[in-house]
Amino acid sequence: MSLSRRDFLKFCGGTAAGISISQMFIPEIVEALEKAATTRPAVLWLQGAGCSGCSVSLLNATHPKIADVLLKIIDVRYHPTIMAACGELALSAIDNTTKEGKYIVVLEGGIPIGANGKFCVVGEKKGKEITIANLFAETASKATAVLAIGTCAAFGGIQAANPNPTKTAGAVEFLKMEGIKTPVINIPGCPPHPDWQVGTIAHVLLYGIPELDSKNRPKIFYGRLLHDHCPYRGFFDDDTFCKDFNDKEGCRYGLGCKGPDAFCDAWKRRWNGGANWCVQGATCIACVEPKFWDEYAPFYE
Amino acid sequence: MAGRRAKTKKIVIDPVNRIEGHLKVEVEVSGGKVVDAHCSTGLFRGFEIILKGRDPRDASQITQRICGVCPTSHGTASVYCLDNAFGVKPTTNGRIVRNLILAGDHIWDHILHFYHLVALDYVKGPGVPPFVPRYEGNGIYKLPPEVNDFAVKGYLQALEIRRIGHEMMAIFGVRGPHVHGLVVGGATVVPTTDAIVGYLWRLKEVEKFYDEVYLPTVYTVAKYYPEGFNFGTGCKNFLSYGVYPLNDDHTEFLLKPGVYTEGEDKLFDPEKITEYVKYSFYDNRVTGLNPKNGKTPVANPEKKGAYSFTKAPRYDGKPHEVGPLARMWVANPILSKHASEFLGKTGEVRMRDFGERAFSVLGRLVARAEEGWLEVQAAKKWITELKPGAPVYVKADVPETGMGYGCTEAPRGSVGHWISIKDKKIAHYQVIAPTTWNVSPRDDAGTPGPIEQALIGTPVPDTKNPVNVVRVIRSFDP
Repeated sequence: MSLSRRDFLKFCGGTAAGISISQMFIPEIVEALEKAATTRPAVLWLQGAGCSGCSVSLLNATHPKIADVLLKIIDVRYHPTIMAACGELALSAIDNTTKEGKYIVVLEGGIPIGANGKFCVVGEKKGKEITIANLFAETASKATAVLAIGTCAAFGGIQAANPNPTKTAGAVEFLKMEGIKTPVINIPGCPPHPDWQVGTIAHVLLYGIPELDSKNRPKIFYGRLLHDHCPYRGFFDDDTFCKDFNDKEGCRYGLGCKGPDAFCDAWKRRWNGGANWCVQGATCIACVEPKFWDEYAPFYE
Repeated sequence: MAGRRAKTKKIVIDPVNRIEGHLKVEVEVSGGKVVDAHCSTGLFRGFEIILKGRDPRDASQITQRICGVCPTSHGTASVYCLDNAFGVKPTTNGRIVRNLILAGDHIWDHILHFYHLVALDYVKGPGVPPFVPRYEGNGIYKLPPEVNDFAVKGYLQALEIRRIGHEMMAIFGVRGPHVHGLVVGGATVVPTTDAIVGYLWRLKEVEKFYDEVYLPTVYTVAKYYPEGFNFGTGCKNFLSYGVYPLNDDHTEFLLKPGVYTEGEDKLFDPEKITEYVKYSFYDNRVTGLNPKNGKTPVANPEKKGAYSFTKAPRYDGKPHEVGPLARMWVANPILSKHASEFLGKTGEVRMRDFGERAFSVLGRLVARAEEGWLEVQAAKKWITELKPGAPVYVKADVPETGMGYGCTEAPRGSVGHWISIKDKKIAHYQVIAPTTWNVSPRDDAGTPGPIEQALIGTPVPDTKNPVNVVRVIRSFDP
């Protein structure tokens, strides 16, 4: 199996001849991943202040199927939504993994630092409560890399929206405050597309950390402005705008579409196995951008 | 011995995994049974504070982020609430598209709940992470090997089927989780024959799974764990706001609104809802309010005597269970042929034919699968009622001032939103999420919440492996 990094990037970008976008992960890539994963990397998936929507989105992965991701490619030692164990039994899996070393931390959700972190308590050990701030700092400091999955983990997300009552921070901001130097890859989106999640994990396993933009996002997925590639761009250039949501013959800009501010590839990747995507069915809210809840609201104007 | 208390042991489970959110449960066990329980939620984000001052239309996006497992239900409650405050009435096509989005969401979520959140308490998964570590011991996993294998296969199949269900939802919801297809004034996807066929085709696949795998597996689990009908009883009060309006005036529903309190059926009246905070991390001054003028200040996790970020909502002053069992008990519809078979009846059976056995861990799992089946049948009918190309949206301008509320049902229970608008901005917004009802702490009178009550009496033969405790908790899908 000789899959070059260049080919891999082509597949991710959906630009390789004959490969449709929804088939980002052709069997050869899955095979390469399985081989690379003979020592499947241990993953600790932590949830902070969030809604579990990123995990639900991950479950929608199609190529490879989610069962293959979970059982063949990565070794998920801790994931609150899917793991069998509870309580101290579950937390022991974290301790065992950090002792072994060589693991990746996935963070889903933001880190509230108000009230000494007590706005987000994620467990209890020997009668002492553990906050996500404690747990993330402790596990991230010894991790190979941190994957901040979703806009909450990357930039704070909805709870960090004005007036940010819980003083929630994203991973980069939080680790900087704590003086922890572990590299962070941001995979924002509310939620992030399953391909962005699995694709980034695959890149890390096969080739290391992918090329990132100034917001720590992999360029393979977040490198281009949606508006420049939008299939409705012709309407924009012609000044043909939709009158309301019943009207599909026009650009959605007048309905409040934030495509001109969003860097992601939803325009070609589409959502939910290609069933639909944001601008086709409605409008974009720029959910991949930092502070989008404040900077791009109101969404329907 | 007279006057001497039996020895009690405290068990703390924190985190309770395979749920949405952060939950700690503390139980006291005496004589092999739970005698007291406390549920503490571990997360405060301040949605009601963040919503203040924003464009009211954005509420349907913002509130979906309360829960990534049931965002569609929050989106639906929010657009009902906004329609009410704006004074707009969606078109028939708009109402049906909304129903199809919500049904798509319920249908896949029931599968996720049973297979990916609950099943590992009954089914022995493969011996690798994330299926281990797990509770071990005699009598925990009782399925014979071939039945267990079928259920494990079902777990993997269910991953696929729930994805297809999600695609179904996205056809009209635009994407999921966190749909874009729900807006004040209606929906955003105008039905085309493509969309209709795409939805129907997927629905048929999901229907097959319900009929051949999900429903049979639920009843098979029930056969091997008959004791599951004997514990997890709870408060036996049920509340349903009603879901899937069948006409544009929202006067008829697939599952009707209603209340079942202390053995009596009553009509639902949102004015009878109040929230209490004596045991929640909020200032005592905001206790006892109806959500239309309720307040959620920044929480104070150091508040003395309090133990949860969740308020204690009460209906007519009493705790009420919400969720599939509550809806199915209140509406009492005809169930699938699998239910008739299970009850040994030749004709049709209804939810209440389960009698007292319904108030249990297994009763909740059965009600949920049966509700999904009912939703699949209803969605098949609704999809044919759509008019391709007909409008789904009516113009909805933000009013200068307004008040409204919106009530619907998430897969896990009743969800209500309340708004007031001033100067075209949100002046006040309150949400009672489904889990708030079920996971509620004690109210000001000291009455425990539904899950806390349901835990009382749960058998815990081995305090190191309190599997029945988590079975009770997960039957509510907190």
